[in-house]
Amino acid sequence: MSAIVPAARLGHRFEPALMRRRLTGTLFYGACLAAVALLLVTLITLLVDVFVRAAPWLDVDFLTGAPSSRPARAGILPALVGTFEIGLFVGVMTFPVGVAAAIYLVEYASDSRLNRLLQTNISNLAGVPSIIYGILGLALFVQALALGATIFAAALTLSLLILPVVIIASIEALKAVPSAQREGAYALGATRWQMVKRSVLPAAAPGIMTGIILAMARAIGEAAPLILIGAFTFVTFLPNPFEGQYTVLPIQIYGWAIRPQDDFQGISAAAIVVILALMLILNALALVVRARLSRHIQW
Amino acid sequence: MGGLLLVATLGVAACGPGASSAPTSGPSTGGGATTTPTTAALSGTVAVDGSSTVFPISELMAEEFENANSGVQVPVAFAGTGGGFKKFCVGETDINDASRPIKPDDAGEGVACEANGIDYVELQVAIDGLTVVVNPDNAFATCLTVAELATIYGPESPETLLWSQVRAGFPEEEVERYMPGADSGTFDYFTEVINGEVDAATTHATQSENDNELVTGVAGDVNAIGFFGFAYFVENQDKLKALEVDGGDGCIAPTVDTINDNSYSPLSRPLFIYPDVGKAKTRPELKAFVDYYLANTSEFSAEVGYIAMPDDALAAEVTEWEAAVGG
Amino acid sequence: MTAPATSLTHRRPMSERVIERLLFLAAALGVVTTVAIIAVLAIETFEFFLEVSPVEFFTGSHWSALIKPQSWGVLALVSGTVLVAGIGLVIAVPLGLLAAVFLAEYASTRVRTVVKPILETIAGVPTIVLGFFGLNFIAPQLLRPLLGQDAIGTFSALSGGIVVGLLITPLIASISEDAMRAVPRGLREGAFAMGATRFEVVRKVVFPAAISGIMASIILAMSRAIGETMAVVLTVGTKPQLTFDPTESVQTMTAFIVQISIGETAQGSVEYKSLFAVGATLFAVTFALNLLSGAVVRRFRTSY
Repeated sequence: MSAIVPAARLGHRFEPALMRRRLTGTLFYGACLAAVALLLVTLITLLVDVFVRAAPWLDVDFLTGAPSSRPARAGILPALVGTFEIGLFVGVMTFPVGVAAAIYLVEYASDSRLNRLLQTNISNLAGVPSIIYGILGLALFVQALALGATIFAAALTLSLLILPVVIIASIEALKAVPSAQREGAYALGATRWQMVKRSVLPAAAPGIMTGIILAMARAIGEAAPLILIGAFTFVTFLPNPFEGQYTVLPIQIYGWAIRPQDDFQGISAAAIVVILALMLILNALALVVRARLSRHIQW
Repeated sequence: MGGLLLVATLGVAACGPGASSAPTSGPSTGGGATTTPTTAALSGTVAVDGSSTVFPISELMAEEFENANSGVQVPVAFAGTGGGFKKFCVGETDINDASRPIKPDDAGEGVACEANGIDYVELQVAIDGLTVVVNPDNAFATCLTVAELATIYGPESPETLLWSQVRAGFPEEEVERYMPGADSGTFDYFTEVINGEVDAATTHATQSENDNELVTGVAGDVNAIGFFGFAYFVENQDKLKALEVDGGDGCIAPTVDTINDNSYSPLSRPLFIYPDVGKAKTRPELKAFVDYYLANTSEFSAEVGYIAMPDDALAAEVTEWEAAVGG
Repeated sequence: MTAPATSLTHRRPMSERVIERLLFLAAALGVVTTVAIIAVLAIETFEFFLEVSPVEFFTGSHWSALIKPQSWGVLALVSGTVLVAGIGLVIAVPLGLLAAVFLAEYASTRVRTVVKPILETIAGVPTIVLGFFGLNFIAPQLLRPLLGQDAIGTFSALSGGIVVGLLITPLIASISEDAMRAVPRGLREGAFAMGATRFEVVRKVVFPAAISGIMASIILAMSRAIGETMAVVLTVGTKPQLTFDPTESVQTMTAFIVQISIGETAQGSVEYKSLFAVGATLFAVTFALNLLSGAVVRRFRTSY
């Protein structure tokens, strides 16, 4: 790290040197702009390409029909239902466990070694590739617990996948609550749990709910772990969650994308549009929930 | 047979939008077919797996059958002929699609089926001409001999093989080899007929159980070569170029006629389904599906791109099925 | 922060302790998961090594799991992973850092409200969609016209690398941006007061001060790129080979795991167990990188 030379020391070489330095700065700024522009252009190209391909295939029949060997008759209803069911299961399963774990780590455990170990463990889990969770789900839920290739097993696997993310988001939300909230509750004679339940949780609710919704969005976009636990088949009927075969949007997209005919690429693109729309809705929902719940917070 | 076709058509007309309703069991709606006695409401699941070559036919059959019988679910997978047999012979599936006959002495196939008491019958449903394809921009290759194919795909083939090593005069570009995976009946058949020994092949190829991936690979690479069932070529004619094969009698291109009369040799071959006879005797939905399959295979095989069997050969298969399942 | 464990009535303590236990169990689930992952991978990998020599696995460079004669040199898969992730990093590090600097140092609040969502959208797109983009646009409309139809095919490490690079750019950008914004204003203002241009402030003050966060973001991005599956499966192909030619089709560790599980190989067979052995290798590498990233932050963190 070389020192910055004050202008006075440069003497007669000041002006040209300054111009050169400014030029370099401008070039760098140009590079930054170019980088951002490149990212923007790439995103737009991706969306346009997908939408153009998808346009001829998006209609009500597509949303309410079943997959077919003929692209013209294909639909994504089983995949949509599977995605909704899994999303719901995962949300319901991770919400209590994730929030409970976060509460423990922030409110109950002091800054002990145990606490730090648990926290490090959770951040490491957040970085484990999703396919490894698929392997875990295969060995544990599908085989050892003999749940078979069902939506229930898929939901359990995906819950494990996003639990670290939910915990981390909840921890952030809880930490953001000012200690005055807590101390006020204690001053009034509350026990620790009463304090958490009545003072801290409502205050942290917006952040927690946002975290869960975004984690659910992530979960429904996953395909690799589900392929591991047996989701990849040609399914035309609606799934029973505890038995039998199922499919979800990302897997349906994959199944169609690997068929070379242009028509299949078209319906794959249409399914992509649907899942992007779902993501958009979930992200918007997260914003709305945050705004709604934050209204009661007064600091 | 004709009666069944009539029932199916009436079923489609009367039952309305098939697979978008959600029963997991229960009677099929409507179905106004009173013309034959076998129209009790069907329900249950018929699990089909096996050859990816036969998959397009089975997929279409499953879909049409489900439309006609909304109480029945027919999931179809494609683990490959060999992979499918392994599941079939431990009772995991009800029908195995196969692009080659079952191996009676194989521990995972014939031996296992016998040990587990799985009684099956071999039903031919269509004829295929295994097609060797190259990229449409490949201008130099039009016809390859069996020996040249063996040079490309044989077990002795080197990691980097140039087209000029296949035939003098071809460009000095690396041959990008694509082939079906080892669980595939197409793989077994090709290696036996071209390389002389089942499962003996070069390890320096891109291989996939999913023939669609092979199509995409060959379509996207000027120096590529691949092979799969005729239907996959027909479906993607705009992206691929089929090679003529010289089996000793000159260069023959794969067409409906040359496959049918076996002049496209040695790569013309039968396609089979192996239903579980024991299960069919106790589960009417399984028997009904196989009946439906045989009744419609001439039409559907041709629709997906294969070659329908001659009528008398098909009739013989139907007789064999009826006899095996007891009427 | 201490709290009274009892309240004015005596009933509370019991339920308080029960609640605390339950909450602890929830937190401990994380440890249980880690242990389960390690156990599953270790047991099956051990069984795999009963049939295949570890030496062959770790030093061999030819991988042929499904075509006989079988060969178990994982280096072929590792090289595919490294090639794709490497290309991804080559793309993502400059792009991500430039975007981060832009957001942290140059952009006004208004511009930030436009650019940040762009990055977050890319980060939120399901990876299968990016794979689709690679298969249908990047390879046929970009790479093949640019490099020549006969120089590169539909499947290549380059196509996968570009898509993976796109995928991890937001990761590098957002973590680096956070690190840069955390640098106190005073440091910048001191440099400006001495006559530095904005670029010089970034280069000589902000960047070095934020270096631990930046390095951590790159390591995390590396780990993410290595573990990426769906984007790679659609773009890179299924041809395991030890090569560093980006126009070649290769196979990554993750794509192999998918290939085996789609093909529904028989349980208990050596091919099936190889899935776990490759998974264990993958897990070990990404876990090590994640630990490294944490260590880098702790070791190099500049305190002000």
